[in-house]
Amino acid sequence: MTVVDPAKPNMSVTAVQIGKVRGGPPLSKVLRRDRWWIQPALIVTGLTLFAIYATWAAFRNGHYYAGSLGRDYLSPFYSPCLAHICSTKGGYSGWGPILGSWWAISPALLILIFPLGFRMTCYYYRKSYYRSFWLSPPACAVPDAGSAKPNGRRKRYTGETRFPLLIQNIHRYFWYAAVAFAGILTWDAIAAFRFGNSIGMGLGTLIFVINAALIWAYTLGCHSCRHLCGGGTNRLSEHASRYWIWKNIASKLNEKHQLFAWLSLVWIAFTDFYIYMLTSGIIHHDPRFF
Amino acid sequence: MSTETATVAGQRTLKMRLWRGDESGGDFATYEIPAQEGEVVLDVVHRIQAEEAPDLAVRWNCKAGKCGSCSAEINGRPALMCMTRMSTLNIDEPITVSPMRGFPIIRDLVTDVSFNYAVARRIPAFQPPKLAEGEVFRMQQVDVDRSQEFRKCIECFLCQNVCHVIRDHEDNKESFAGPRFFARLAELEMHPLDTLDRRRLSSEQFGLGLCNITKCCTEVCPEGIHITDNAIIPLKERVVDARFDPVAWLGRKITGKPDPTPAAVAASFAPETLEQQQAARALGKVGSHPQTSGA
Ligand code: SF4
Ligand code: SF4
Ligand code: FES
Ligand code: FES
Repeated sequence: MTVVDPAKPNMSVTAVQIGKVRGGPPLSKVLRRDRWWIQPALIVTGLTLFAIYATWAAFRNGHYYAGSLGRDYLSPFYSPCLAHICSTKGGYSGWGPILGSWWAISPALLILIFPLGFRMTCYYYRKSYYRSFWLSPPACAVPDAGSAKPNGRRKRYTGETRFPLLIQNIHRYFWYAAVAFAGILTWDAIAAFRFGNSIGMGLGTLIFVINAALIWAYTLGCHSCRHLCGGGTNRLSEHASRYWIWKNIASKLNEKHQLFAWLSLVWIAFTDFYIYMLTSGIIHHDPRFF
Repeated sequence: MSTETATVAGQRTLKMRLWRGDESGGDFATYEIPAQEGEVVLDVVHRIQAEEAPDLAVRWNCKAGKCGSCSAEINGRPALMCMTRMSTLNIDEPITVSPMRGFPIIRDLVTDVSFNYAVARRIPAFQPPKLAEGEVFRMQQVDVDRSQEFRKCIECFLCQNVCHVIRDHEDNKESFAGPRFFARLAELEMHPLDTLDRRRLSSEQFGLGLCNITKCCTEVCPEGIHITDNAIIPLKERVVDARFDPVAWLGRKITGKPDPTPAAVAASFAPETLEQQQAARALGKVGSHPQTSGA
C-alpha cells in the first residue's frame, strides 16, 4: 500500500483514465488457439436437454407414482405428494393429498418453482448460463457478445446491479426452501424401503438413495450455505461448531459444487424417468435385492 | 505433445509473433529463432531482444513468477511470460505474444497499469481497534487463514486484465474495482481485527454487483487464488446481509446491531482521502463494524 505522509495528504492520486489506446489487435480478434467454444457448447446442450426433459416431465401429470406396483416410489418432480395419484404413499399418511381431485394442473408445476428458482439463482448455474447463453463472456479473453462491434447490441453492461438480475440476491431464500426439499427427498428415499408391510430394497430404492445423497451434496455445498453456516463471521475461532461445519462440510462440498450441480441434475431426471418407465410398462419389473 | 517437442527442440525453429507498437498503432512482427531446451516464453523474448530486436520493450523483474511484471497474453491467454514453459505450447504453429489488452499501451509488450493503483488508493486501509494501555493485538490462525490466501497476490493484474466487465466495457473502469481489489476488500472485510464495515462501499462504489461470477479471474491467476469462490462470492453474500436481506435487517433491529456503514463514510477512510479519514476519526466513526464493534 502507498505510504502517505499525514502532513501532506496524498496529492498524486493517479486518476482513472478512460478510453486510452490499448495495445495488441482489437479485442474482437480472438487470439486463443484452443477450442474454447467446447465448454459453452456442452453447457448449452446439457441445460437445453434438461429443460426439454423437465418440461415434458412436469406436464406429464401421471406415471409418477409406483404405488400400484407395490413400490412406494414417488418421482422427485412430484414430491411432496400433492395429488390423489400418490395418496397411498405411506410416508405421507397423515398429511395426504393437499389438492382435491378437481385439481387439473400438474402438481409438478407448483413444486418445481422451488428447485428451479434455487438452480436459476445458484452461483454456479449463473456462471454457466451467463457464459454459455448470454455469451458474457463466452470464454475468458473472448469478447462479450456485442461488445466487440462498435455498434454492439449491448451498449452498456450492468451485470447484476439492476432488475431483473438484482433478484439473484435472494438466492439464500431458495436455499432455505432447498433444505426443506432435500429433507423431503430424503424421506422419499427412506419410504422407498417400504415394500407393502415389510422392509425391502429394490433398484428403485438405490436410485432414490443416490438421488437424496446428491441433492444434499449439492445443497450443502451452496455458497449461501457456506456463508450462513460460518463464512459470514470474522471470528470463526469463537464458534467451534460453526467453524467445523464451515470447514469440513460446506467448504469441502463447495469445491465440488459444479460437479454436484450436474450430477444431481442428471440423476433427478433419471430418477423421474425410471419411475415413468416402471409405471408406464416400458420396463415390467423393478429388481428386488432383498 | 510436450515431451516430443522438448526432445527435438534443439533442431526446431520457433516462430514468434510479438506485438510491436505504441498508442499510434502497431502490428505483430514475426521472429524466427532456434528453439532451446527448457525455456520459458520470457527467455525466448529476451533472446529475440538480444539478437534481433534491441528496441523491443518488455517488462520483467524476477523471472520467478513473484514480481508480477511480465504479464502478457500468450496465444491469446493471459499469463506470466516467465511462468509459461515453451514445452506447453505447440511450436508447430507461430506463437503470439501480445500485451495485456485490457490496459492502455505504452510500447510493445508494456502496458500502463496505473488504473489499478488508482483503485488501490480508494480502498480504505486496515482500521485497527482502539487498544487499552498494555493491550496487544491477538488473532487466531483460523481467523486469518482466509485473508492469507489473498496475501499471495503478486499484483500481476492478469485478473484485472481478463475481467470482461472492464476489458469489454471500458466505461465501467469508473465504477468497478476489479477482482484483485475485491480480494483486497474481502481480506479486510474478513479480518478479525478490522473495525470498518466495507460492505456497502464494495457494492455501491466498487461495483461488486457488476461481477457476474464467470470466474475468468480465477482461471488466470498465477498464484492460484480462488478469487471468485473465496473472495467475491463471500463478499457478495455479505453485501446481501447489508443491503438485500430483510431477515438480516430485522435481526439488526431486534438485536440492536448497528446499521451497515454507508458507502460514503467507509470511503472516507481511503488513503486517498487522508484528511477526511482524520476527520472521521475525530467524529468517532471508527469502530462501527457490526461484528467487531463490541470487542
Ligand atoms: S468472476 Fe467477476 S471479477 Fe472475476 S473475471 Fe469474472 S466478472 Fe470479473
Ligand atoms: S489476484 Fe492473482 S491474477 Fe490477480 S493480481 Fe493477484 S496474483 Fe495476479
Ligand atoms: S451457489 Fe449453487 S446452490 Fe447456492
Ligand atoms: S518476471 Fe517476475 S513474475 Fe515474471
